[in-house]
Amino acid sequence: MGTFAYFPHTEEDIRVMLERAGVSSLDGLYADVPPEFKYKGEYDLPSAMSEEEVRSWFESLVSRNTRLKVFAGAGAYDHYTPSVIPYITSRSEFLTAYTPYQCEISQGTLRYIFEWQTMICALTGLDVANASMYDGPTAAAEAMRMCVACTRKRNTVVASSALLPNVLATLRTYARYSGINLVETWSVAEAVAEGTLDLAGVIVPSINRFGIIESHLGLASLVHEMGGLMVEYCDPSALAVVKTPAEWGADIAVGDGQSLGIPLCYGGPYVGFMACRNEWMRKLPGRIVGQTRDAEGRRAFVLTLQAREQHIRREKATSNICSNESLMALWCTVYLSIMGPEGMRKLNAICYERSHYLHDALLATGKFTDPFEGRQFLKEFALKPLCDVAKLQQALLDAGFFGALSTEEGYVTFCVTERRTPEEIDALVKVVKEAAL
Amino acid sequence: MRYYDKLIFELSRPGRSGYSLSLKNRATLGTVRGGTTSEAQWWGPKDVFQGERTAAEGIWREAPLDLPEVSEPDVVRHYTNLSQMNFGVDTGFYPLGSCTMKYNPKINEEVVSLFNGLHPLQPESTVKGARAVLDFMDKALAAITGMKHFTFLPCAGAHGELTGLMLIREYHMSRGDSARTKIIVPDSAHGTNPASAAVCGLDVVVVKSRPDGLVDVEDLKPLLGPDIAGIMMTNPNTLGLFERDIKEIAALVHECGGLLYYDGANMNPLLGVVRPGDMGFDVMHLNLHKTFSTPHGGGGPGSGPVGVSERLVPFFDKPRVSGFHGNFGVIVRACAYILSLGRENIKMAGPLATLAANYIKESLKDCYKLPIESVCKHEFVFDGLLEPNGVTTLDVAKRLLDYGFHAPTIYFPLLFHQALMIEPTETESLQTLDAFIEVMRTIAKEAAEDPEILHGAPHNTPIGRPDETSAARQPVLKYSAE
Repeated sequence: MGTFAYFPHTEEDIRVMLERAGVSSLDGLYADVPPEFKYKGEYDLPSAMSEEEVRSWFESLVSRNTRLKVFAGAGAYDHYTPSVIPYITSRSEFLTAYTPYQCEISQGTLRYIFEWQTMICALTGLDVANASMYDGPTAAAEAMRMCVACTRKRNTVVASSALLPNVLATLRTYARYSGINLVETWSVAEAVAEGTLDLAGVIVPSINRFGIIESHLGLASLVHEMGGLMVEYCDPSALAVVKTPAEWGADIAVGDGQSLGIPLCYGGPYVGFMACRNEWMRKLPGRIVGQTRDAEGRRAFVLTLQAREQHIRREKATSNICSNESLMALWCTVYLSIMGPEGMRKLNAICYERSHYLHDALLATGKFTDPFEGRQFLKEFALKPLCDVAKLQQALLDAGFFGALSTEEGYVTFCVTERRTPEEIDALVKVVKEAAL
Repeated sequence: MRYYDKLIFELSRPGRSGYSLSLKNRATLGTVRGGTTSEAQWWGPKDVFQGERTAAEGIWREAPLDLPEVSEPDVVRHYTNLSQMNFGVDTGFYPLGSCTMKYNPKINEEVVSLFNGLHPLQPESTVKGARAVLDFMDKALAAITGMKHFTFLPCAGAHGELTGLMLIREYHMSRGDSARTKIIVPDSAHGTNPASAAVCGLDVVVVKSRPDGLVDVEDLKPLLGPDIAGIMMTNPNTLGLFERDIKEIAALVHECGGLLYYDGANMNPLLGVVRPGDMGFDVMHLNLHKTFSTPHGGGGPGSGPVGVSERLVPFFDKPRVSGFHGNFGVIVRACAYILSLGRENIKMAGPLATLAANYIKESLKDCYKLPIESVCKHEFVFDGLLEPNGVTTLDVAKRLLDYGFHAPTIYFPLLFHQALMIEPTETESLQTLDAFIEVMRTIAKEAAEDPEILHGAPHNTPIGRPDETSAARQPVLKYSAE
């Protein structure tokens, strides 16, 4: 004892503590465990490593990953992370705190969540946001459940087939076990207009799986007429320039905060967001921070509306969510503070400009056609390949690019963020042009 | 800690900015679609985005974007000031029951960034290092728990519970056993258990605890039948007591055709001592942000991998419960923790955590009410002060903040009215435990002599007790300039 860095106990400490505990050995603390359940083997694990050995272990693993220039999106976008963000989020006071149960010593966490809620409302145009969800797809699943909860006896949710594949997959999972009738269709408005469903809500993408910015003109009033709620799944970075859920008349907005400067990191941790109109506030899942005062009149922030939550309501709670993604919400909050309204517009303009440049250059190779000609896109687009897709993908990988993601519909998608330089774009086009496909 | 009263929006001035974007190549690209666009044209939201490709369908944002306009130094100072109103494990002792607030090693944070550039959809051949982390963790967690395999998709403990319950339902459905729609949950269970069951479409049946704090096997027996999908157990339970009848409970539940779910929130004391798989559990989750030292981040990101026994292996990776591969960065941190401890130190973590809890319990039971006299595991529960003199558990908790400690979990479990649930973990020194014990004794003395000081606590924190009632009655949930 006393030889491992994270355990502060000396032999003498252990002796003193055992004596106070009234047992003669550490094993005596487990006298209530039936002997047949005591593990007598040795864990099949490596022996303890020094800090430097741990570092080397990971470095050697990482050398087995291939560094690629990312020209793919599909729900994870390679935007730049300003250096301020990891600096702030790694501050111990934020990083090593628990959920802010003791508000008097958690005002830092509570304030940034309040700022996050405000910024999510600013991006979506809606009235109220929660403290975060696990990721975009789970936020969509919670919104689906919320539609059912808000409309009482109604149980059908119509989801657009143009939502991202991982969003639809997660919706299917939650629907299967919650007993929700999930209807997937390419024409949401038509399905709703038929009027034969016990419609609780619809879920449509702001920007769909082909990168197209969708128009939802008239959808909200149709859905409301049929007694349901409208949910829009959004890319929060794009919301700086595309029409907001509020402008389309949506009741609930969800999406993934990853595009707000969170590193790709092989898929997580990211952060889901959820916002809604005031009338549905008390049906929101998860933590919500509110502003109040202390006895001396100082502005103070607290977890509020907790009567919705699992630790109070147990099986009657609006959701089972407890830990969410607080630190990643801070990540996005700092990102949006750094970028500001102008930064967000310029960022989107750069993405727009470069993705259109790539789009046109790829078409010019003659190896693709545009199945969505005339439809607007922002940073991601789909083309119909006139060549062997597997060969195309391999040629790109060989040249250090990750792009041309296959879709179930037989297209390939590309995504261009501000991190992709014109030189990189030209190099990718050259590979496509010259490869024998 | 110092009170700081700004919100980032209040630092905003029109025209200020903190971003840094590369614009140098615009000239080459701007000409691509026929004709250069001037700077002003590109950057104005309407002009840029209603440019040449516009189909007049009005898909662009019209509302102003109300984000703060601040410089980089503004941002850094603001969030540094905010952080200084926060208390973390690195600040001081955090004996929050059932939350396992152990030390978060710093090497774990450093290795995560090595994986930052990997896109989650990259082909396997280009992410061999990342896959190797997941494979290592699958084997390591299986070795530690006695389960067969783990899925890493769940992003938190409650998310793991939900996933595990989906597997239980999937198992029964695959056998055509569709009547099993009820799940048994002890009255001492974490609130997430019944909530997860409800999300999974299961009806909750509560089994009572006996006066000794353990699941009442006699109360359980009549609940078992062909409609029971299984039981959710936390062992040791939320009173920190080992459910010693687990063998009989497992046999009874299995006999009726149900499965056993293990809530891994309280796994820490069992490290090196007992494996859930050996106790007969069929499915379980672990909280990597508890037992495996990853930071709680003020409420996430966590990770709640779910492990299964042999009979659930055919289903374990079926439910698609999150977007990509789960919270990979959290899994990397937990992997670094396991490598650092190695097999020889991991098995010490459980006993040392248990030792610390018993040491505190025995040192304070002459001034705090110990409802169940027994050796505890990693945590235990006091039912308020022995002689309260009008002082509540809330008062005690708030007074602890004045003395520089985080409070224990309060008013949970629900079995007692004044619950104070204390979990010290294995990374706290004897000196820290002694300092905490001394303060708890001081507070007991204050309760007898000067209860007012407790009713008004905390006195030395950035804010005093807030008005929570008005926060809920007239919710203010976002900033607006007056």
